[in-house]
Amino acid sequence: MTRFEAVIGLEVHAQLSTRTKLFCGCSTAYGAAPNTQVCPTCLGLPGALPAPNAAAIALAARAGFALGCTVARQTRFDRKSYFYPDLPKGYQISQLALPLNEGGGLTVQLPEGERRVRLTRIHVEEDAAKSAHDAASGATLVDFNRAGVPLVEIVSEPDLRSPDEAEAYLRQLRDVLLFAGVSDGNLEEGSFRCDANVSIRPLGSETLGTRVELKNINSFRFVRDALAYEIRRQEAVVRGGGEVVRETRSWNPERGESASMRGKEDAEDYRYFPDPDLPPLALDDAWLAAREAEVPELPTALRARFARDLGMTAEDARVLGAHPALARYVEDAARTLAAEADLPLGAAGKKMANVVQAELLRDVTLHGHEASFPVSAAALAALLALVEAGTINGKIAKAVLPVMRDEGLTAAAVVARDGLAQVSDTGAIDALVAEVVAAHPAQVAQYRSGKRAVFGFFMGQVMKRSQGKANPGAVKEALTAQLAQE
Amino acid sequence: MSAERLLAAGVAAAAEAVREGRVSARELVEVALARCGEDAHGALLHVDAEGARAAADAVAAARRAGGAPGALAGVPLAIKDNLCTRGVPTTAATRLLEGWVPPYDATVVARLREAGAVIVAKANLDELAMGSSSETSAFGPVRNPLDPSRVPGGSSGGSAAAVAAGMTPGALGSDTGGSVRQPAAFCGVVGLKPTYGRVSRRGLVAFASSFDVVGPIARTVRDTARLLGVMAGPDPEDATSADAPVEAYEAAAEEGVSTLRVGVLRASLDAAEPGVAARVVESLGRLVSAGATLVDVDLPHADRALSAYYLLAPAEASSNLARLDGMRFGPRASAPDLRGTHEATRAGFGAEVKRRILLGTYALRAGYRDQLYGRAQRVRTRVARDYEEAFARCHVVAGPTAPTVAFPLGAHAGDPMAMYQADLETLPASLAGLPALSVPAGAAEDGLPAGLQLVAPAFAERRLFAAGAVAHPT
Repeated sequence: MTRFEAVIGLEVHAQLSTRTKLFCGCSTAYGAAPNTQVCPTCLGLPGALPAPNAAAIALAARAGFALGCTVARQTRFDRKSYFYPDLPKGYQISQLALPLNEGGGLTVQLPEGERRVRLTRIHVEEDAAKSAHDAASGATLVDFNRAGVPLVEIVSEPDLRSPDEAEAYLRQLRDVLLFAGVSDGNLEEGSFRCDANVSIRPLGSETLGTRVELKNINSFRFVRDALAYEIRRQEAVVRGGGEVVRETRSWNPERGESASMRGKEDAEDYRYFPDPDLPPLALDDAWLAAREAEVPELPTALRARFARDLGMTAEDARVLGAHPALARYVEDAARTLAAEADLPLGAAGKKMANVVQAELLRDVTLHGHEASFPVSAAALAALLALVEAGTINGKIAKAVLPVMRDEGLTAAAVVARDGLAQVSDTGAIDALVAEVVAAHPAQVAQYRSGKRAVFGFFMGQVMKRSQGKANPGAVKEALTAQLAQE
Repeated sequence: MSAERLLAAGVAAAAEAVREGRVSARELVEVALARCGEDAHGALLHVDAEGARAAADAVAAARRAGGAPGALAGVPLAIKDNLCTRGVPTTAATRLLEGWVPPYDATVVARLREAGAVIVAKANLDELAMGSSSETSAFGPVRNPLDPSRVPGGSSGGSAAAVAAGMTPGALGSDTGGSVRQPAAFCGVVGLKPTYGRVSRRGLVAFASSFDVVGPIARTVRDTARLLGVMAGPDPEDATSADAPVEAYEAAAEEGVSTLRVGVLRASLDAAEPGVAARVVESLGRLVSAGATLVDVDLPHADRALSAYYLLAPAEASSNLARLDGMRFGPRASAPDLRGTHEATRAGFGAEVKRRILLGTYALRAGYRDQLYGRAQRVRTRVARDYEEAFARCHVVAGPTAPTVAFPLGAHAGDPMAMYQADLETLPASLAGLPALSVPAGAAEDGLPAGLQLVAPAFAERRLFAAGAVAHPT
């Protein structure tokens, strides 16, 4: 039986993280009451005109530099015409002939190695409004808050070969945009959406099959499911002696299948032409250089550096390098700890990675480009520095952290107020150990008869009596000595 | 001087009288409202008596409070009804905007108000500014006040007629292919199409965005210059508005033409009706008497301007008018499905608008775009170059504004090509985005006025006012 290979190209729409819309001053904030973030321009009222948002163009150019594109010196907006109630002007302002970014690509990390996915272009365009069908009235309701929100459309070459690769590409692309500060990549809020072009061909063939466009695949899981479904569907068509028809299909996640939206013969003529309301933009070298300089360290490089310099495992680096604000926090905390406790950065990084994952991460909230942490990076580093200095032990540190968070106190303040400093005084520890040994003759006998596992019981008892403050090393030493005495 | 006499004396005279306290804004506005109320020519679509009185009283109150009165203090104006006026219906003479009340003022309207002008009425026009006779208005044609059996020209026919009939001393029109200049010529008043980008388009219901310019109409060159001085200047909300400095336009009307070289379009004079040509030549004679010199110039590609314009402007219009879909404003026809709703709603466009939407849609079809739209753009570039070459030899280019005087209503009914010929002389400057002024040149055929058109390089409006004031002394 012939084996087939899938050929997949993706078109990703990512919302640019600007405060205001692409061609007017309306807010882009998500979640406002319907039709409260609108003006004559984004409602397409007669006479209203677009005025380009420089911040959006700058972010889109930064995205181009982050993805290795050639960023244009001359770029232009075109009108793409079609009628739909969610498209207020009857055309979308987009880019056709002179897109802002061309070329570039992304090297996707896969379990079996890497795959280079080339990009065709990244252009700037405005979003449409959001329509919803109201079952009660049978009416279609339109919310124009989203109309005019700035997007980049990132078009890949057909370089992906499987649903897994497509998913990996999307996740990595989202991470790049997130770290570059270009887009928050929030799928739930619709700021990262995907369409796919899929065809199949006999394995080994170099020609492209008839492609089908898949719409409405707006989660990583939908992408995998929809592509897998479509590849199976096309294989079944071909094996059944049929031919794949060029069409646009829409994915229905509830039913786990796609349905034809329109065929090739119904393909729209969008009647593109240069938007006469928007003169071409000339971007000079200084401006372009500034955009290039804004591109920060990207996630793949950052995670490699975390593993190399901050003593992290690949998994630590993946978890803590998942979000730029989290990565910045961990690195700040690790560097502060290294400085305060005079530790090598690798050692401080490893300790910080462990503490953050075990004690902090569940209380971290990530939203968009922002993150909020229960305590500051400096405060966390100071807490761990107290452990390094022997002032408190690790267990106490764990108890101090929530107090710091709840009461907004420094670690040192909590330790001083609650008298939590570690007891390392051997006289006091000897006394505690003697009390415990005297109180548990049966266990002492067990220990002395060779049941060494009972040592842990004694450790626990002594620590408990010290309210956790005893230096565990000193306790261990004293216990060993006293239990050895016959 | 009485309020009636002051209004007749014009924009500047009325404003000075208000500034000096010789007449109140309210008195001027009451006279204008009375005249607007008698509108016998279909020039107006809406009279805003309440808003006008309130604005006049506000001008008076500001003056009493010691505020500096603006350049248009208390001057009643009519505004072409394709310019948005906050709280006042704006229909652009189409059924598809019937009943629509804009929530904002066009930038030019806001600037007029800030200068103390009082908006008394919205002027009739060809539907969506598409036409050269003001006959295509969905709300009835405009008649020429000089001869009611004739058209006033178009599309700003209501604005020109309002000024010619003395309803207001000034008005705003819009000019896409000649829509300020040609009606100004037909009605015997002064009309300016400023340089593209000189005046903000924000709030102008778009017809062809790369051509549309808002322009003033008045009885004198000086008044026209004063209006431009208030209207002009960059607008952050119009990306095509220009940063060029706003100059002393009104002073230019006093400067004379002693060093001016005037390029005469001989071919255009030959093509005009004899009476029109004779009056234009006489106007040129006044320039020569004042010291100007004449040279013959030629625009070799002007003969292609008409066909290029009637591809490019409809192409842009087909896109600009897509928003008139009955979804967010204007009347919506009812039909069982979305497509049907769009079709039934848009069936409300008049025949000329439909013709241009179809033409424009055709011009932008995939596969034909370069052949049609692209070629027309290249003609546009050539016409602009023709002017550059002409301006190497002269300061302004002169010729008739229109080849004929005002024609009878219905004369071109059913013959769009004949109607389009009315724009022959005004289109080249529109393609090139250049400033152009039409001044009355005197009575020609049937005693109706001819117009002299003067065209200058971009942003050289001052030259037009200097030459226009000499050619049309007041």
